[in-house]
Amino acid sequence: MARHVVATLDEIAPGTCKIVTVAGREIGIFNVASQFYGLINRCPHGGAPLCRGRIHGRMEAAAPGQYRLTRPGEMLRCPWHGWEFDIRTGQSWCDPDNVRVRSYAVSVEPGETLAKGPFVADTVSVTVDQHYIVVDL
Amino acid sequence: MTSPAAGAIDCDVHAALPGTHVLLPYLDDYWREHVVMRGLDHDNLNTSNYPPGAPISGRPDWRPAKGDPGSDLGLLRKQALDGFGTRFAILNVIHGAQIMFSEDLSAALCRAINDWIAAEWLDRDPRLRASIVVPIHSPELAAQEIERKAEDRRFVQVLMLAMAEMPLGRRANWPIYRAAQRHDLPIGIHAGSAYRHPPTSIGWPSYLLEDYVAQSAGFATTLSSLVAEGVFVEFPSLRVVLLESGVTWLPAYLWRLNKTWRGIRAEVPWLDRAPADYIREHVRLTIQPFDQPPEQRQLERIIEQIGSDEMLLFSTDYPHWHFDGTDAIPDGMPAHLMRKLLVDNPLKTYSRLSKEPVR
Repeated sequence: MARHVVATLDEIAPGTCKIVTVAGREIGIFNVASQFYGLINRCPHGGAPLCRGRIHGRMEAAAPGQYRLTRPGEMLRCPWHGWEFDIRTGQSWCDPDNVRVRSYAVSVEPGETLAKGPFVADTVSVTVDQHYIVVDL
Repeated sequence: MTSPAAGAIDCDVHAALPGTHVLLPYLDDYWREHVVMRGLDHDNLNTSNYPPGAPISGRPDWRPAKGDPGSDLGLLRKQALDGFGTRFAILNVIHGAQIMFSEDLSAALCRAINDWIAAEWLDRDPRLRASIVVPIHSPELAAQEIERKAEDRRFVQVLMLAMAEMPLGRRANWPIYRAAQRHDLPIGIHAGSAYRHPPTSIGWPSYLLEDYVAQSAGFATTLSSLVAEGVFVEFPSLRVVLLESGVTWLPAYLWRLNKTWRGIRAEVPWLDRAPADYIREHVRLTIQPFDQPPEQRQLERIIEQIGSDEMLLFSTDYPHWHFDGTDAIPDGMPAHLMRKLLVDNPLKTYSRLSKEPVR
């Protein structure tokens, strides 16, 4: 497993996603309330560029008419067929046990730590005074 | 030869009123006067769903010498009960009383029909059971009628029609489902329309062929309404039986329903499973008519696609005629399904059948 530096911390604002290419794979890096998650940019259903989908909250109801919006900004809706995925786990809403998106561990590291290596930084140059987003792959 | 249905439970048999006049003794003074004053006792109040003369309304050898098909107890006993060797048969009366514009007249006539069927049919043959007929456009009065008749355990179901004034899943109808669930009565939804709207979604058809074939689309739409409105979430032990739906339309419908739900499920967030899962759990279908594919192996495939061996219930649909010949069970029905179809599934669906009826 290699550690890939894919962005500076301030590049991905809360509630947004940056799609990066790591080892030939497109991965969407999501900032959900300052926690970072990585999902492959490919819907397990029909192969759509999933990470270009809309980010939204989770709409639930314990009973008909009892609407509840939970976990704001934690769901991703596929742009092709509308299937919903949990950004934190990659699980689909419609069939969580069988349909899930490949997810990757993402962390935030200070440049100081990274400078000690080893890491891969194809497109980002690392300096000691910044924080970086790192994907394990 | 022993009937393959010997000992079975026939979940859809039609008793017909010989005429509205038979209800006079079962109406209270006010409504008897009302009915006589309006001359309704001279009208049979048949619905357009089953025009008495139409071939579909009565198999030729099941028509009595006089009167409407299904109106003769002796004949029904001989042909439907003795003929098939059935253990129980559930009588479903389809009558204009269920769908009148006047909610009060509708309720009064439904009460009379229920009392009439108890006294003139159920009392006369221990194999007979019946559905409670209700004024389907007045959920409040319908629920009252369920409360009134539920203690007679020979009533095993509440009867509605596939196409009514509004989609059956709508919350306005929930008093009916609440009462039905409380008394452990499935909701039987029979083919038919109240004709408040065209029975097709594209407008009024010219011919009975169009009308009758469109019934299965009406059933599908009704199922979508029940599922989407959350009836099975609100009433988790409610069971629904589709009576005379045609059956084989079901698999493609379930695929379409599930597929579409996956994309737009957030609209109906109370569904926490795929719609087909709710349907397989809560919905049952009687097998007459069974819109059979031309080859037996195709039938097996459809059964497999339905994805449950608990959904189908035996029925003859006596005395209606679906041009299927004399066998009520379609050729090629897998052997392993027969016992379930004939006995186990009906007993599970109609739990009141397993207990000794208490009046």
